Amino acid sequence: MTRFQLRLAGCGAILLLALAPLLLSPFSITLLNYIGIYALVALGLVLLTGIGGMLSFGQAAFVGIAAYATAWLTVKEDCSPWLGLVLALLLTGGVAAILGAVTLRLGGHFLALSTIAWGLAIYFLFGNLAIVGQFNGISDVPPISIGGFALVSSVSIYYLIWTVLVAALLLAANLLGSRQGRAIRALRGGRIMVESLGINPFRIKLATFVMAALLSALSGWLYAHMSRFVSPAPFDVNVGILYLLMAMVGGMGHLLGAVVGAAVVTLLKNSIQDYLPIIAPGASSQLEIVVFAVLFILLLQRARAGIVPFALRYLPSVKPSAPVAAASLGRREQPERGGPLLAVVGATRRFGGLIAVNDVSFEIGAGEILGLIGPNGAGKTTMFNLITGALAPDQGRITFLGAEIARWKQRLIARAGIARTFQHVKLRPNMTLLDTVLLGTYARTASGFFAGALRLDRGEEARARGEAMRQLERVGLADRAFDLAGNSPLGNQRLIEIARALAADPVLLVLDEPAAGLRAGEKAALARLLGALRSEGLTILLVEHDMDFVMGLVDRTVVMDFGSKLCEGTPAVIRRDPRVQEAYLGGVA
Amino acid sequence: MDTEIAAILAMDGIATGAIYVLIGLGFVLIFAVTRVIFVPFGDIAAFTALTLASLETGRSPGTVGLVAALAVLALLMESVTLLKARAPHLLPRAFLCYLILPLLPATAVWFSAGSILAMPERIALSLALVLPIAPLLDRVVFRPIADASVLLLLTVAVALHFALVGLGLLFFGPEGVRTEPLTDANFEVGGLVVNAQTLLIVGASIVFSALLFLFFEFTLLGKALRATAINRTGARLVGIRPATSGTIAYLLASLLAGISGVLIAPVATIFYDSGFLIGLKAFVGAIIGAMASYPMTALGAVLVGLLESFASFWTSAFKEVVVFGILIPVLLWRSLSLAGAEEEETDE
Repeated sequence: MTRFQLRLAGCGAILLLALAPLLLSPFSITLLNYIGIYALVALGLVLLTGIGGMLSFGQAAFVGIAAYATAWLTVKEDCSPWLGLVLALLLTGGVAAILGAVTLRLGGHFLALSTIAWGLAIYFLFGNLAIVGQFNGISDVPPISIGGFALVSSVSIYYLIWTVLVAALLLAANLLGSRQGRAIRALRGGRIMVESLGINPFRIKLATFVMAALLSALSGWLYAHMSRFVSPAPFDVNVGILYLLMAMVGGMGHLLGAVVGAAVVTLLKNSIQDYLPIIAPGASSQLEIVVFAVLFILLLQRARAGIVPFALRYLPSVKPSAPVAAASLGRREQPERGGPLLAVVGATRRFGGLIAVNDVSFEIGAGEILGLIGPNGAGKTTMFNLITGALAPDQGRITFLGAEIARWKQRLIARAGIARTFQHVKLRPNMTLLDTVLLGTYARTASGFFAGALRLDRGEEARARGEAMRQLERVGLADRAFDLAGNSPLGNQRLIEIARALAADPVLLVLDEPAAGLRAGEKAALARLLGALRSEGLTILLVEHDMDFVMGLVDRTVVMDFGSKLCEGTPAVIRRDPRVQEAYLGGVA
Repeated sequence: MDTEIAAILAMDGIATGAIYVLIGLGFVLIFAVTRVIFVPFGDIAAFTALTLASLETGRSPGTVGLVAALAVLALLMESVTLLKARAPHLLPRAFLCYLILPLLPATAVWFSAGSILAMPERIALSLALVLPIAPLLDRVVFRPIADASVLLLLTVAVALHFALVGLGLLFFGPEGVRTEPLTDANFEVGGLVVNAQTLLIVGASIVFSALLFLFFEFTLLGKALRATAINRTGARLVGIRPATSGTIAYLLASLLAGISGVLIAPVATIFYDSGFLIGLKAFVGAIIGAMASYPMTALGAVLVGLLESFASFWTSAFKEVVVFGILIPVLLWRSLSLAGAEEEETDE
């Protein structure tokens, strides 16, 4: 299927939605209204939980804040529902920003637990505040009117709800294909990987969190003016978990999963309410929640991916179009060859009683390949983490391009021009090679969330894609640009990481055991690539086990053993050094 | 507020806190061993209270039906697993573990039907009745997804809570219960009337926390549980079955929850859905202990109890808002002290 056909299918779906009121009964339209309202919240959850990896049970509370805000403003203060929308968005966004700022730095389950807690707190707050009618709620909420036409009937508000939903879906899809969207998709890769790309994970998480809350706010605003009545019950925590159920049923990883899930759960709820009283008269309301909970548990046990990914298997996939060559992103000036680039002076790092790195000093000159070798447990990886900022040294200095970076944040070091790869490859399996390498350009580009959602970033995006394609070509994977990273063999995954690092236009490339697990042919190709990069003026620090690989490639070598530097020199000198032979072979035979 | 009111509130708060301590410790215990944040844990406490109340009036408690249903389900699942693994010789053992043992207390209820037991017997029987629920739920719900991420397990636990609340209404009915006081004795300390029941609650909490500590510190089984908590694969390599460790953790924690249910039943009216709030408040305590430290959890739980008690004096309508609102500053403090410590890659 081509992009054009996909657009055609999208237009067809929108046409069907527009004609629905002519084809369906008023009751079905009311159901569709609820589906649309729920889908907005579920869409937020797909972005937040499915794609960003942050679990929330508290979205119902955000819906509630918005619904109450607009109900209070329109009923008690007699303002227009449009002002209510402004207040709802501001208030919900503000509350989400504060809650997010406090909880998003914590690990996954703390956030999830706190969402339950604040969900309950807000529910009880509504239930006890006299100004919003306590548990009785607020009634006689006015309808939304557009140009003097009040949206009272379910058909009239149907068009508003689904316009909002379709717009939200399109904006979200645009965003996910943009610079910040890729950062959201990378979040699940863990803090170290995300920071190594120059991304501030906390900022991205907070923005995603607020975005999801704003989608809930839209839903709450629509809900308040559709049902014309608000009370605490629809915003309780068990509704929060129903939203999560919707997103999971539909498919957490897909935007359309929100709509499919909302539809399935709403229709199911409706039919359960029809049939349960027949099966279990008198006990139906309590059984309803049991049925939903059991269904949810079964779904999580058996089919975690949801409906949409399952359906997509049977649909033709969209053929992506290869990026057209565009003007490149601006490049960094490489420092003069031979000058000092990075200097480590007396670096020491302790873990409790263990001294992993003990008073190590060495220098890397611009344009050289330096090998950092040593037996297992020599402290190579710790040294690596000190240079890239994943750890801070207890003592000592690390200067890079004249700046003291030892206590800088990891992402600032990345932005200063040190790009890295990982010993255990850190790729997002569901991102294409192109998207993965595009992540590398994050620090060289500037488009924000709004630019991405509104597609105002196309010029920069085209340059970034051109750059990413060039890096893929350089490592020999351009013909697989649209394969998923997770489907590549290990050798290629290492090359993808190198391409991603190169896309950041680094001054210093730091490679953590790049040859581990590669076949002989792949090693040779990697060595050729690194040699070529050196001849382009790039400086490379190589932490490696494989002696043949290191000795054939590097200009100089630093040998570490038991946390200390043993010696340094050219490969020929190192080979002859008896201390090195002893460290590796346990004494000269 | 004068000092006398403050003292009464403090006493009340410490008693409530002591109850939360037991549940909070159970949370941490289960989480450490199985990585499941067992949200329905408060429900176990509430079900104990409801069971005790039923026994007090000589009615057959709803727990019997609940346990029977779960036991049959667990046995079915275990049998299928065993048959698939071509190990039919293990079927009798499964029959014993998943059906006979959990239903023993239920048969005791059946035999004692109509007659009202003495209080210690009632308490013991209630505890025995409730004890199998969590391990059976573990078998039915969590064992099939034991390797899933913490977040997925948490989502399942939350869903399970809602299923249990619905079942609770079905099995126990909508009425709230309050059981007879454990003791009526009162005595005066420095002009202040101290309820013996309060002392009993605090005492029980201290004793069982201490027992838990001794168990972990000095028994082989306790050490095996700790080993599972630290590293499941490592534990398996030295011959500890994580599934068994999990069952033991659930049993121990259920005992703690059951005791707290017995303790809270005479001092508060318990409904089928009261467990969630009790559990979540204990949880706030567990979060103060970062889901890892037992002493900090106990301290946190007492703090929550005190806060609740004072909040209900000052602004009774908003006491839940205050208790759950306190989580925000707590998390802020936690996020500052733990920042950078987490690094978990989540799967999709």
